Amino acid sequence: MKVAAVLLLLLIAVSGFMVVRTRDVTAQILSLSFYGLLLAVMFFMFQAPDVALSQIVVGAVALPLMVMLALARMKHHEKVKAARGKNER
Amino acid sequence: MNAKWRLRLFLVAGAVFLFLYLAAAKNLPAWGDYRGPYGDVMSSLSVYERHATDVVNAIDYDYRGFDTLGEEFILFTSIIGVMLLLRDPKPKSGTKDEEGLSKTVKVTATASFGLTLIFGLYMCTHGQLTPGGGFQGGVIIATAFLLIFVAQNMKSFKAITSHPLMEVLEAVGASLYALTGLSALLIGVPFLTNWIPLGTTGDVFSSGTIAIISASVGLEVATGFILLSYTYLEEILSGKGEQ
Repeated sequence: MKVAAVLLLLLIAVSGFMVVRTRDVTAQILSLSFYGLLLAVMFFMFQAPDVALSQIVVGAVALPLMVMLALARMKHHEKVKAARGKNER
Repeated sequence: MNAKWRLRLFLVAGAVFLFLYLAAAKNLPAWGDYRGPYGDVMSSLSVYERHATDVVNAIDYDYRGFDTLGEEFILFTSIIGVMLLLRDPKPKSGTKDEEGLSKTVKVTATASFGLTLIFGLYMCTHGQLTPGGGFQGGVIIATAFLLIFVAQNMKSFKAITSHPLMEVLEAVGASLYALTGLSALLIGVPFLTNWIPLGTTGDVFSSGTIAIISASVGLEVATGFILLSYTYLEEILSGKGEQ
C-alpha cells in the first residue's frame, strides 16, 4: 500500500510537470483535467472519499470547462478584432 | 542555454529529487497511521452524539456549521457576482448551434444523464450516512445538466436552465440553511443547534439538522453551478460582444 502511494505521488508530480510543459493550450487543458483526475485518485487512496468526489467534478470537469470557455471567448474576441481592423483599413 | 544543456540540468535535478523523495518515503509512518487526537475523538463521538455515520458531514454541517454557512454564502455571492457581470439584460432570442459532436458522444451523454442525476440526488440526501453530502451531490447534479448540453444542444440546455425557478431554488437552498440555524433560536437554544429528533442511526431521516442542511446545500450548489455554467455558455455561444 505504501509503495503504491509513493508511486502515485510520483505519477502526480510527473503529470503536473507535463501540464506545465505542454505548450498547446487545448492539450494543456486536457492534461490539466487528467491531473485533476489523478488528484481525485490520490484523495481516494488517502481515505478521503468525499474530497475525491468533489475533486472529480471540480478539478476534472468544471475547472477545465471554465478555462476552455474563457479561451473560446478570447479567440472569438481576437477574431472579431482582426475582422474589424481589416474593415477599417 | 540551449535545449541539450537544459535537458541535462533537468536530469540532474530530477535524479536528486528522486533520491531525496525515495529517502523520505522510506521513513513514512505506517499506512493508515494517525497521530492527532481529534479524529479519533470525533469518530467515536459523532455516531453517539449526532447519529451520523459520516463524521465529515457531522463536523461540516453541525460541529462547525457556522463556518460552513459562511462558505456557502461565499459561493452564493460569487455566483451572483458572475451573473451580474455577464448576464445580458435583454437576452438574444437565437443562439447558433453547431453540429459538432459525434453520435457516440451524444448517445453516451444522453444515457448517463439519468444515472448522474440519480447519483447526485443520492449524494445530497445521504450526506449523513455515506461519504459525500450537499456540495458533492450539488456539483454532480450540475454536471448532469451539462451533459444535456453535450448530448443535445444549447437550445435544450437553455430551456431548462434559464427557467426563473432556478434562481428561486438557489435562493431557497441558501436561505434554508440559515433558516434551519435560526429555527433553533425559536425554541431557545443557540444558533445552529441540532434540535430536531435524531432518529435511528443509519436511517435516511436521521441525524436531525445535518440531513436538512446537507440537502439544502445540495440544492443551492446544484442550482448555483447550473446558473454559472448557463451564464458562461450563453455569454460565449450567443456571440455577445461583437456589437
